[in-house]
Amino acid sequence: MDFEALLSCVSTASCVVTQATGGLISGMLLFLVAAGLSLIFGTLKVTNFMHGSLYMLGAYFAYTVYNWTGSYAFAVIGAALGVAVFALIFERLFMSRVYCADVLMQLLVCYGFILILDDAVKIIWGAEFLSMGMPATFQRPPVVFAGGVLPVFYLFLIGITLLVALLLGLLITKTRMGKIVRAAAINPTMTSALGINTSLVFGGVFALGGLLAGLAGALAVPVRSLVSGMGFSILIESFIVTVIGGMGSVAGALVAALLIGLVRSFGTIGFPLFTEGIMFLFMTLVLIVKPSGLFGKER
Amino acid sequence: MTKTLSRDLIVAAMALAALAMLPLVFPGKHVSDFVIRLSAFAVFATSLNLLVGYGGMVSFGHGLFYGLGAYSFALLMQKAGVSIPVAWIATLVLSAVVATVIGAICIRLREIYFSFLTLAFQMLLYSLIIAWTSFTGGDQGLTGGIPRPSFLGIRLDDPQHLYLFCCVVMVGSLLLMRHLVQSPFGYTLRMIRDNPRRTEFLGIQVWRIRLLAFVVAGVFGSVGGMLISLFVSSAYPDFAYWTISGEAIFMILLGGMGVFLGPILGAAILLLLNDVVTRYTEHTALVLGIVILVFALGLRKGVLGTLNDWLRRRGMANVAKSGQAKAVARTG
Repeated sequence: MDFEALLSCVSTASCVVTQATGGLISGMLLFLVAAGLSLIFGTLKVTNFMHGSLYMLGAYFAYTVYNWTGSYAFAVIGAALGVAVFALIFERLFMSRVYCADVLMQLLVCYGFILILDDAVKIIWGAEFLSMGMPATFQRPPVVFAGGVLPVFYLFLIGITLLVALLLGLLITKTRMGKIVRAAAINPTMTSALGINTSLVFGGVFALGGLLAGLAGALAVPVRSLVSGMGFSILIESFIVTVIGGMGSVAGALVAALLIGLVRSFGTIGFPLFTEGIMFLFMTLVLIVKPSGLFGKER
Repeated sequence: MTKTLSRDLIVAAMALAALAMLPLVFPGKHVSDFVIRLSAFAVFATSLNLLVGYGGMVSFGHGLFYGLGAYSFALLMQKAGVSIPVAWIATLVLSAVVATVIGAICIRLREIYFSFLTLAFQMLLYSLIIAWTSFTGGDQGLTGGIPRPSFLGIRLDDPQHLYLFCCVVMVGSLLLMRHLVQSPFGYTLRMIRDNPRRTEFLGIQVWRIRLLAFVVAGVFGSVGGMLISLFVSSAYPDFAYWTISGEAIFMILLGGMGVFLGPILGAAILLLLNDVVTRYTEHTALVLGIVILVFALGLRKGVLGTLNDWLRRRGMANVAKSGQAKAVARTG
């Protein structure tokens, strides 16, 4: 524990800005993954334990597309769509078979897929750490704010994630599609009796979750290194986020993800060995006091 | 003594005799090491099955007790220098206390929230082990080995004694758990799993039974941890990591959670699978993942559960056949 270091960082503006932006971008990536997880749980009432692997796939897809085309825009779009299609196939072929079984079976199917995908990535892309480097578009001098250094890509990442969060919120609360999804979440049988194809809705929600995870993976590639198994730590963190924010709540996921991102980035200065512990402590407290999460509805 | 208890005692004695003979038939170190590792996992997976299979409480954090048992025992032996039985009993008591506190908090939650809360507690212990480097050795684990002084003529630094000790502890623990499952307490637990509300209407305090089950499972879970720390003569943070809980859940499902011996068979299969697959290919995860999918989508009741169903169906067919034959004889 090094609280003096933490204190001296908090008292200088430049360190605060640098750490806060670092925390914000981890929080934003976390939000994209957790939002998909939360959406899938809120609608289908199943926990997608392999959501982190979708993030990993997104990162590797983006890496490959970028190396083929040299365009980061194509890489992001390709990764997001590719993972969405993969998620849809996974849902239709495997996950939909265990909806009625208990949570252990869902856990097992996902666990099996985590293992298979981690090894598949090793076989296809190799077991070593890969890194893509910053795309040419973003190789510009960083913005300096209050003495803290803000790389342009960080600002882009924060902006695009906030935009996605806004669109996602509007999609769910304002559109007809969002209404159908919410209806299917509350009472799937009734919804299907009203002539709506609920399997399609469920598949669509899974694909949307995959799209978000793939997007997160693609956005993470310039700032993170790629390795088989990278999906796991983000999976655990997004679980913490969904539990703290409330399962099924997009706003809750955003707030909790930013919170966790900031705890992580400031925690690495003050208590590097116990940052994970702080997150779990927080999750424990929320579960004890309000199991439905900060933004979740009581059931 | 009831009929089932005496039958279980006979089975246990036979199993113990067979295990004692095993090194005479296969003198290699491989076999006895395998049995020792199996003893830890068999006790641990069975203790989790008390919660999952009999109580319907899916804990993702049972590894907490595995890690707690291993660390508490190893630290007591290494730092306090007490004798093995004292460390053993102190660890059991500590596990019971910890399980009571954590259980009282966790059992208020249902379904997935219960699972997440148990997982969070386990990861808290894991983080504590990693962070408290001066006491636990951090991510290196406890270094320097643990002393194994002899007691009552048992010398656990002798491989043969260690082997027999682990066998006795395994069979004894399993026998105790079996007895619990067959007792009124075990049947109340099953009733709560199937219909908690009706159980409550019958005047049973559901939370009390659930808490008791949680504590019993925690205590036996720590026995598994103590066995493994005796075997590796240390304790590592991995023992408290979530993967331990995941493996135990997989063992239960692999063997079949509806059958008492299921988790033990599951533990044996998983350990064997790991050993064999790592010998032939480096893609262990790929093979294991495919096996898991086959079980999750195909053999849902596990090996023993499926076998049990098959035997029962055959038995019923036989009964039906003989019934028909009798009916024919009577009318004819």
